[in-house]
Amino acid sequence: MHEIAALMGGFATVLEPTNLLLMVIGIVLGVIIGVLPGLGGANGVAILIPLTFAMSPTSAIILLSCIYWGALFGGAITSILFNIPGEPWSVATTFDGYPMAQQGRAAQALTAAFTSSFVGALFAVILITFLAPFIARFALQFGPAEMFAVMFLAFCSFVGLGRGSPFKTITSMMLGFWLAAIGLDGMTGQLRLTFGSTELLRGIDFLVVVIGLFGIGEILITIEEGLAFKGNHAKIGLRVVLDTWRELSQHWALYLRSAVIGCWMGISPAGATPASFMSYGIAKRMAKDPKSFGKGRIEGVIAPETAAHAAGTAALLPMITLGIPGSPTAAVLLGGLLIWGLQPGPLMFVEQPDFVWGLIASMYLGNIVGLIIVLAAVPWFAAILRIPFSIIAPVILVLCAIGAYTVHNAPFDIWYVMIFGIIGYVFKKLDYPMAPMVLAIVLGDRAEASFRRSMLISQGDLSIFWSNTLVASITTVALLLLFWPAISLAWERIQPRLRYRTA
Amino acid sequence: MSAAPETFGRGPSMRLMELVVAALLVGVGGVVIWGSVKVGIGWASDGPRAGYFPFYVGLLIVGSSLVTFVQAALSVDRRVFVTGPQFMPVLAVLIPSLAYVAAIGILGIYFSSMAFIGYFMWWIGKERGWLLPAIALGAPVAVYIVFERWFLVSLPKGPVELWLGL
Repeated sequence: MHEIAALMGGFATVLEPTNLLLMVIGIVLGVIIGVLPGLGGANGVAILIPLTFAMSPTSAIILLSCIYWGALFGGAITSILFNIPGEPWSVATTFDGYPMAQQGRAAQALTAAFTSSFVGALFAVILITFLAPFIARFALQFGPAEMFAVMFLAFCSFVGLGRGSPFKTITSMMLGFWLAAIGLDGMTGQLRLTFGSTELLRGIDFLVVVIGLFGIGEILITIEEGLAFKGNHAKIGLRVVLDTWRELSQHWALYLRSAVIGCWMGISPAGATPASFMSYGIAKRMAKDPKSFGKGRIEGVIAPETAAHAAGTAALLPMITLGIPGSPTAAVLLGGLLIWGLQPGPLMFVEQPDFVWGLIASMYLGNIVGLIIVLAAVPWFAAILRIPFSIIAPVILVLCAIGAYTVHNAPFDIWYVMIFGIIGYVFKKLDYPMAPMVLAIVLGDRAEASFRRSMLISQGDLSIFWSNTLVASITTVALLLLFWPAISLAWERIQPRLRYRTA
Repeated sequence: MSAAPETFGRGPSMRLMELVVAALLVGVGGVVIWGSVKVGIGWASDGPRAGYFPFYVGLLIVGSSLVTFVQAALSVDRRVFVTGPQFMPVLAVLIPSLAYVAAIGILGIYFSSMAFIGYFMWWIGKERGWLLPAIALGAPVAVYIVFERWFLVSLPKGPVELWLGL
């Protein structure tokens, strides 16, 4: 049990007083970020990354990953008390959470949500602890073709599992690859796509894009929708917690199912949002009385929260083992690793064991600390939402500007943030998905490098992606996912005819 | 997010915006293709050239946006993209934000942020009490302490900050 020993080492790192303090700060900041409209996990982490340049990578990842956990917890508070999903993955939580709050059962709903988040995360962390070293060891043998095939799979799953137009997904993804390609080409040392502009020489940093798309864009959308907060009050007493926990223990099968859905969706980069919807949908379909869902069923809170948190946590599994993030926020964290001078991927387990196991240990402790903090401090966090948006919005905008500037100390980057903010606003309204773009910007260089290296090996022959069983099966699954929208459409057309014939 | 209120009222239609954005993206894809061809999309003696990969990226942008364009052209989406009353508050935030970014370059970040937060709370928030000066002054000071003192990250400064000797 080499993993257990390594994990204990990780706990020793995390339990250092400074790291413990960073963890608490991270969780509190994260919950605030999750509660505030217009300030999401990906954006919040992106703004804070420049502040971590001076920290040790382990302390930095503890701070930033705890912000991520905090944001996952925080989304539930606004969903249940205010019927406003603070994060996209907590939309499904509003369906039953808000009715519960209106019936005066806000404390139960919140306890159920936080506990479910915790259980989902714990399930995913245990999975990571035992699966990650194994996958990393396996991935060490990957050549460029295998590496590209895995990334190809990640990108294709956006097309196959996304709910919007597959063509918009492809467009958004390719825009990401384009943005990643601007500037210096790492392999030939040549400048490309800059068209003589000196501002484009250093390329467009993904942090700037994330802050624009998710920060400014989100604020513009929020303003257009004209938010008025009418919320329920909640205070959670120990009695309610214990009573709710007793009730929750009866739903162990639901927990298990939701956590499995979440982990699966989190590892493929579909992410937490579809996981929460899927889990809610399945819980509803499998219930004896599906009609009572949406009117304040506790199962309607458990299912999406468990799945969302499991997915959000499991999204870090491909990140630490393969260097492929499973969610936009994980993509930002991965970008952080690159900035801190770490090489994400299977070698991290060998070269940076302290860092990796510190991160995994912080997932365990961060979620325990998070659960305690949110249960104890719900009234204060809910009070944040009573601050008028006209105070929050300008302060967030100022923070976005500062965050953009500090990435490269480049004033021009603030203009990029504004441009991407407008793009984000338009894209959001037209249903262009943004997660594929962010993932493509972060992975663009490495995807391109592994593709070109594969082509070098095979002298331009694409059959290298079918040259052995492993790479062939990954590529085939990826292509299946890529054409999944077309396949399912064709199936829907053919099926009635088949039924007609057999009948 | 319900689409119902957007169905009424006047403004550019969803369909028109889809067409405009898709057409712009076809243009972007064209630029990417052109830029890739300029640096070479073929093979050199040492392997694929710099434009090899982005060339296909450009092709896919053009291709997928063309499909979106045709789909939008054939659709009968009558929803409105944004109505005037919805868009006014967006402009009331967007235009000052752009002015704010321009001001950062001239006046530095602290003074501009102060003015921007002040404007926002006064005009959009209709705040008239003590909160306005508290936040407008407090936020930049907090930023100064956290960024410049604790984390030693230098932010852009202008004449006002220099005059204050920061």
